[in-house]
Amino acid sequence: MTQMTGARMVVQALRDQGVEVIFGYPGGAVLPIYDELFQQNDIRHILVRHEQGAVHMAEGYARSTGKPGVVLVTSGPGATNAVTGITDALMDSIPLVVLTGQVPTFMVGNDAFQEADTVGITRPCTKHNWLVKETDKLAETIHRAFHVATSGRPGPVLIDIPKDVQFATGSYVGPREAGQGHYHPQVKGDREMITRLVEAMETAERPIFYTGGGVINSGDAATQLLRELVDATGFPITSTLMGLGAYPASGKNWLGMLGMHGLYEANLAMHDCDLMINIGARFDDRITGRLADFSPGSVKAHIDIDPSSINKTIRADIPIIGDVAHVLEDMLRIWKSRGRKVNKEGLARWWAQIADWKKVECLRYRNSDTVIKPQYALERLEALTRHRKDRYICTEVGQHQMWAAQFLGFEAPNRWMTSGGLGTMGYGLPASIGVQVAHPDALVINVAGEGSWLMNMQEMGTAVQFRTPVKQFILNNERLGMVRQWQTLLHGGRYSHSWSEALPDFVKLAEAFGCKGIRCDNPADLDDAISEMLAYDGPVIFDCLVEKHENCYPMIPSGEPHNRMLLGDDTGEDAIKAGGAVLV
Amino acid sequence: MPPVTETPPPGHKDDATDMAAALNIQKGTSKLSAYDLRDPNADTVERHTLAVIVDNEPGVLARVIGLFSGRGYNIDSLTVAEVDHTGHTSRITIVTTGTPAVIEQIKAQLGRIVPVHEVHDLTVEGPSVERELALFKVHGAGEKRVEALRLADIFRANVVDSTLESFVFEITGTPQKVDAFAELMRPLGLKEMARTGIAALSRGA
Repeated sequence: MTQMTGARMVVQALRDQGVEVIFGYPGGAVLPIYDELFQQNDIRHILVRHEQGAVHMAEGYARSTGKPGVVLVTSGPGATNAVTGITDALMDSIPLVVLTGQVPTFMVGNDAFQEADTVGITRPCTKHNWLVKETDKLAETIHRAFHVATSGRPGPVLIDIPKDVQFATGSYVGPREAGQGHYHPQVKGDREMITRLVEAMETAERPIFYTGGGVINSGDAATQLLRELVDATGFPITSTLMGLGAYPASGKNWLGMLGMHGLYEANLAMHDCDLMINIGARFDDRITGRLADFSPGSVKAHIDIDPSSINKTIRADIPIIGDVAHVLEDMLRIWKSRGRKVNKEGLARWWAQIADWKKVECLRYRNSDTVIKPQYALERLEALTRHRKDRYICTEVGQHQMWAAQFLGFEAPNRWMTSGGLGTMGYGLPASIGVQVAHPDALVINVAGEGSWLMNMQEMGTAVQFRTPVKQFILNNERLGMVRQWQTLLHGGRYSHSWSEALPDFVKLAEAFGCKGIRCDNPADLDDAISEMLAYDGPVIFDCLVEKHENCYPMIPSGEPHNRMLLGDDTGEDAIKAGGAVLV
Repeated sequence: MPPVTETPPPGHKDDATDMAAALNIQKGTSKLSAYDLRDPNADTVERHTLAVIVDNEPGVLARVIGLFSGRGYNIDSLTVAEVDHTGHTSRITIVTTGTPAVIEQIKAQLGRIVPVHEVHDLTVEGPSVERELALFKVHGAGEKRVEALRLADIFRANVVDSTLESFVFEITGTPQKVDAFAELMRPLGLKEMARTGIAALSRGA
């Protein structure tokens, strides 16, 4: 076995895992590793401006490539700054390997300079974490960490490496010798259960596919199988925020996103269906609304790789534990071998009902020729970029995020990066840089609100330094729009601290960062301004001044069921009842 | 297995049951079926003893405890010790209470902790034995001291330390037996008590 220092082992292990790029920030406790990075050319290092940015960049990289993202930060504040990003990755099941420096083993527990109990702090927000106390264990731990991060339900893992472990010499083992330990989640679904689901599909009158991020995490095979299954059965399909792109938005069976700000037809179809086939989604509270009234008349099948997702909130009549691609493959084979049966008459009536719901045109809004409506800005962005096969969209969190999900169409998986579970404002800008690093020639747009965007705006420095031509499309309403919307709906219009009085001049800010700034406040100029943004070869901050008081509809108020949606005309105050007001 | 009820969950209208019948869904026929669970909203709280086999690595107990506190589950008793010195695995015995749905969720959540190898619910997997060891320090003189010694004999407790004014008794048994002994010792001068928590094994081969 090869002898080398712990610091060199880190670099060698990353190389052996096929890592091409890492996102990080140096500091005292990781200097030996940075010294090794300096002396090699295989792994590219992206220097961020804040450790939270490094983690979101790694998330953007991971979500747009399907490969794990890698982060390297120092001890103490380096690690604590990474916590929000790590929690975000845990909630959205994004594979990350986070390497943190630690004070030397003989100083651990002494309140040393820049010491924090990193494994203690990150234990509840990682899938697993390790403190490596011996250099001989380091390489094995790193290889195991990649295995844990990427297998089963993916997630972030963290390895805390004390500085003396980085300096000491030990034996290196490669990925094969390191082995994978006993962690091997079940990927094949139960055949009997899959057969039962196929039987249900053959007779169902009002079936619906409800898909989530698990389809995308499962990989390209899952996406292909899902598309084949949907098209072959003719069943309607809706998706969570996390699953957009698994089935193409232009596909004929697509109902649009479901959930709190999902489409009317998607939510009504969920409520009235008689067979719900949940593929890689987790019955999140943004999806279900009031649990007791969630899709009361349906038989529910739930396909998930994580056994703890099954029966957590909604009880599954047909639970199937396994990887989406494996289960869909078996489903398709069994369904075909039984004669490709569906209830044609029932389906025809079901589609007629859905067509009626679509007539509501739940996304319609009152446009204006004097002020840019945020929906209009996104419609134009969609029209001017839809043809780009290499378009990647990131978002921050808030109204703009929901409008982007409603008005932008995704034809392929891994093209849509948004903080779903944790709802992390400040996610989108660094995530867009991570996506652009992975796809240097692609069109990467971050649809943002000015509030979220300011939370990690320092990363524009990273964008400029590494020549990532990310387009920051900021829908600027000078308000914290989603907070304001909730204050309208359930706090009597008392707008407590939901606006900013001292916003920066975004065009000057762009100049200060050394990139391009564009401002647009006139609907007539919008197309030209967007085209200018797209044509510019470099990072752009686009300050799109939009209507200040627009609310995002449709909306299922918290505590209400799917069939009680607010549409665009229901703008009354206190639309949410007291019972719903305690929910988030 | 706990008794299986066929009551449909709340929110399921009768047509859901009809639908299930039409679709040939037989409830409660599979070990994996949700209908093995009882109504998740039922407030029947059950006591379950779980045996969790884990890698004996630093922090593994913190992961288990953190799971219980982070998700709001109860721990009534918890014991841990390495049981396989060559394989470096430990056995954690947890006594917890919750509704059937919560118990199922606890087991699933434990199962996805990376260093956890196996999760056994001794309460449903068959008959099991549970034992606890406790030490009692009892101060007393005269008639009370004699009575304490006599009761200890009835409970098959051993005297492991003795002075002219005190005894330390060691007792092993079910938690109920230990509780009963504690109640009897209290008026006889019980000063201090230490309990190990429950260790449990399934009965039979």
